[in-house]
Amino acid sequence: MSYLFESFAGWQSYCQEKDLNLYESVIEYEVTQRGKTEESIWNNLDKAYTVMKEAVETGLKEEMTSRSGMINNGAKKVYNHPVSVLSPEFQRLISRALAAKEVNSCMGRVVAAPTAGASGILPGTLYTLQEIHNLSDKKILEGLLVGAGIALIIEQKASLAGAVGGCQAETGSAAAMAAGAMVYCLGGTVSQIFNAVAITIQCMLGLICDPVAGLVEIPCVVRNASAAAIANSSAQIALADVSAVIPVDECIDAMGEIGANMETKYKETALGGLAATITGQEISKRVLIQDIEILPDEDLPE
Amino acid sequence: MGTKSSVFDMIGPVMIGPSSSHTAGVVRIARACIKILGGIPDEAVITFYNSFARTYEGHGSDLAILGGLLDYKTDDANIKKSFELAKEKGLKYTFKSIGNASVYHPNTIKLNLTKGDKKTEVVGESLGGGIINIAEVDGFHANFSAQSHTLIIKAQDISGAIAFISSVIAQEKANIATMSVSRKGKNDMACHVIEMDSGIEPLTIQYLRSLTWVKELIYIPDIDL
Repeated sequence: MSYLFESFAGWQSYCQEKDLNLYESVIEYEVTQRGKTEESIWNNLDKAYTVMKEAVETGLKEEMTSRSGMINNGAKKVYNHPVSVLSPEFQRLISRALAAKEVNSCMGRVVAAPTAGASGILPGTLYTLQEIHNLSDKKILEGLLVGAGIALIIEQKASLAGAVGGCQAETGSAAAMAAGAMVYCLGGTVSQIFNAVAITIQCMLGLICDPVAGLVEIPCVVRNASAAAIANSSAQIALADVSAVIPVDECIDAMGEIGANMETKYKETALGGLAATITGQEISKRVLIQDIEILPDEDLPE
Repeated sequence: MGTKSSVFDMIGPVMIGPSSSHTAGVVRIARACIKILGGIPDEAVITFYNSFARTYEGHGSDLAILGGLLDYKTDDANIKKSFELAKEKGLKYTFKSIGNASVYHPNTIKLNLTKGDKKTEVVGESLGGGIINIAEVDGFHANFSAQSHTLIIKAQDISGAIAFISSVIAQEKANIATMSVSRKGKNDMACHVIEMDSGIEPLTIQYLRSLTWVKELIYIPDIDL
């Protein structure tokens, strides 16, 4: 059991040997490692998916303006726009990923999957997939378990935190979870699922974390939409058995290596990239508290 | 530590956005504080330090800390309305920002709370991912995560106190995960902070409280409940 969720190769061979479905092995892990009952796992998954769907709907219905004003009802505008660039389904996918993430930026309730900064990707993709393919909730929950297994391995081999690995670690991981979950839900094989993860990671590698004023708003919200789109393109490619060539475990290793060598200013510090632009700095001056006290040495806490 | 990540660390937690360290962690620090104080405060002076000093407002940590002090959980949608709710429930509050307390963790909050004639001062750190550390309680070093069952005992600094308390806990078959003891001075007041893997019975708490050398006992079973 110990080698579960240390690598994709290990996960695949474990499931082959024990004749388990991917999602069943994730349940087995949670039961043995965390002492949960299978029933409580399904209940918690159901709760998580409900919160995800609510976030999508809230973002498309309620007023969504962040305290900084940078986020201002973008999802609704996209959803209601008369021109569909590709198809109405694509328009809905993008607006739903934006919607759930806007809810996060505006202090609403979300599921951090895997993190709060990437909380629009799984809701946007799975909501839309379920609608298009008329999938059961049970199937989506199984897909979420597959996504959780993917994230557990990325956490082991690389990182899920923007402060450690940049944006690739947050939106990249969420997109990989989504792509894998989607291929699973559409009946893909284990190889196809892992290939979808590999392709997604290849598309998301190198993305830095450069939030304007340090807020989880710009560019986080639009990156949730682009990550949702990439998850879909990767799933489409993987289902057709077009190989990523570089195996999934090696793609994740590359992500870890890039994260480790990424300069600190590109890892959630708001010191580089978009945060360091002229406009980014101006916004930062306006949004961040300026009248902070600087204590004389003798008054500092010991 | 040494615990493997859960499926619900990957698909979760369910929380109020935007950031686990600025909202979820901050709510949890406040919830630990009200357990220490023994209820919702009448008055709160909240100081945000270092990185938090500049960023708390933009991330809504002011709403998060008030929400936690009003006993809302990390996923409660009421947190967004905490200013109005604090007014409604008679919680008076003041915010301060101090930028250069380099001895503190980058995301540190100090809370000075009053409820009736009871006062407490707590220093909490938001470590990321909603994980917290309560660094100080009333000037004593505490350092607990509030993730498991925590016992804070303020007692006279007498010989055998640590052995006595730990043997009482042992009789409950509760495993001590971490324990830290600090004191004001020799034979002065000491503070025992004990994190346990499982809970202890109300009768045991009552017994410990009845000891003449125990001045105060706070039991925090789970701040998320």
